[in-house]
Amino acid sequence: MAQAMGFFTDTTVCIGCKACEVACKEWNQLPAENGGVRELSGDSYDNTRKLDGIHWRHVRFIEQFKGPYDGRWLMMSDVCKHCVQAGCLDVCPTGAIIRTQFDTVVIQSDVCNGCRACIAACPFGVIDINPVSGTAQKCTLCYDRLQVGLEPACSKACPTDSIQFGAISELRTRAEKRVAQLKSQGVDAQLYGASPTGPLGGLNSFYLLVDKPEVYGLPAHPELPSQNLRKSAGLSVASAAVMGVLALVGLRKRRMDEQAGASGPGGTSHAS
Amino acid sequence: MPPDTFFSGAPHWTWFIIPYFFVGGLAGGAYFLAAVLDWFGHAEDRPVVRTGYDVAAIGIIISGALLTIDLGKPLRFWHMLFQSANFPTIMFKGWSPISFGAWAILVCGLFAVLSALGARAEEGQLQSAALRAVGGAVRGGVAKLVTGVGGLLGLFVAGYTGVLLSVTNRPIWADSPWLGALFLVSGVSTGAAALIVFAPRRGATTRSLEWLSSFDTRALVTELLVLVLFIVSLGAVNRVWLSFWGLLLVVGVLALGILWPLRLHAKRAPVGQAARLVLLGGFLLRVATMLASEGIDRYRVAGGM
Repeated sequence: MAQAMGFFTDTTVCIGCKACEVACKEWNQLPAENGGVRELSGDSYDNTRKLDGIHWRHVRFIEQFKGPYDGRWLMMSDVCKHCVQAGCLDVCPTGAIIRTQFDTVVIQSDVCNGCRACIAACPFGVIDINPVSGTAQKCTLCYDRLQVGLEPACSKACPTDSIQFGAISELRTRAEKRVAQLKSQGVDAQLYGASPTGPLGGLNSFYLLVDKPEVYGLPAHPELPSQNLRKSAGLSVASAAVMGVLALVGLRKRRMDEQAGASGPGGTSHAS
Repeated sequence: MPPDTFFSGAPHWTWFIIPYFFVGGLAGGAYFLAAVLDWFGHAEDRPVVRTGYDVAAIGIIISGALLTIDLGKPLRFWHMLFQSANFPTIMFKGWSPISFGAWAILVCGLFAVLSALGARAEEGQLQSAALRAVGGAVRGGVAKLVTGVGGLLGLFVAGYTGVLLSVTNRPIWADSPWLGALFLVSGVSTGAAALIVFAPRRGATTRSLEWLSSFDTRALVTELLVLVLFIVSLGAVNRVWLSFWGLLLVVGVLALGILWPLRLHAKRAPVGQAARLVLLGGFLLRVATMLASEGIDRYRVAGGM
């Protein structure tokens, strides 16, 4: 396998220009929403609102305003996290979701049958159906560009280097230096998803945040869905055993009643 | 801060998947009960057994059709069974409920059709020579083997859908380990109810129906217990029930689908009345648990999260 590649997104320098969204849409030829008819969110300057099958990049605006002179903007260019332990890849029943030689996670559109198990499995709400293809889609980390030695379209277009692309090991070193720099300036900065010993074995798209992950729409402790399998299946097997016992005990009781002559054929009944 | 599951996206499993979960559970439960009566019941239970195999076969075929129609690319349904790039290499992931569920529906469906054909042949109802030959082969020891394995597969089909929901990152579904057990018990209970409704047309005796009714009473008590455990295990997530879906769960599932049928059984009312309510409750259980979770995606987006 080639070196693991990914993104380090420094949210402190994101200016919300959405150039990454446009570059992603253009390179991947993603369709417009509502056939191109503009639809405003109505309660935010962010009109994309979320990642889905036709928005593989989304610059999230966190608008925290208590009054006209008291507030702040946080901005974060969100994308598929290309988890080292990917829930979507785990549950996909068709084998459409693969791990590439760059340690990224890609959905093969020609294999996917649109069952949507991956959508429910992703802890970050990244994947959705592309209404044009009828299949689940998300960021490929520009797999086609990576294969010919090009940088992904979004990081190439980012004017502030908020989105940095490179080898994960190198990005981690760079991110730690940036956190130290910000902390020395009194900023409460932290990395999200950078640790290979953290949740999901680390994220190949990790972030520098200045508030709790939930503020950015990220779960504090993302988990693999398959961790629920053993307990849920075990309890189901136990309940199946209870059903079996109830059925057999009921039949035994009927037989004993018959033997005791408690209920003969054609006896009193409330059946109808 | 909301629980971690609130940050995931809704899979839009709605008006094909909800009936699929209901019909699949009912068919699996009916198959299991028919197999139990086939193995351990009386000769007078045969009408119920034959009805159970019919309900199982038709129900699982309908389930497979609903599951296929719901796909974004229905013609690629076979990608769940075989590797599309290496046909006919099998596609199977033992750790993915949707993968082994697809296989379970296929295999259980085959067994259920064989059992149903065997039962029809027993009644001399098969007109086609080919079907008569297949049905005629399913008799004696072969029939016992087919129904034994098929009945266990039926239980699997009844319960795997809840496990499938638990193996996600969605609110409610992934927040409790009891959903698989709840769906399984509900599936068996609704299977018994379906047999009570349909078996009299095939000549079921009063004693067979009484046994089914008595079994359903015990299954409903178990379902009530599992439902309580399910709700308790949700903890802080229970706030999602402060909505229409919570009302549906309390009124439709708990009151109409469990408590009222139990009361009817206790009063020894005609078993058909309670059975129809159990069927309604089983369907509403799927509606409430599915749509309460599905709705949280819209909440998430509207909240700008």
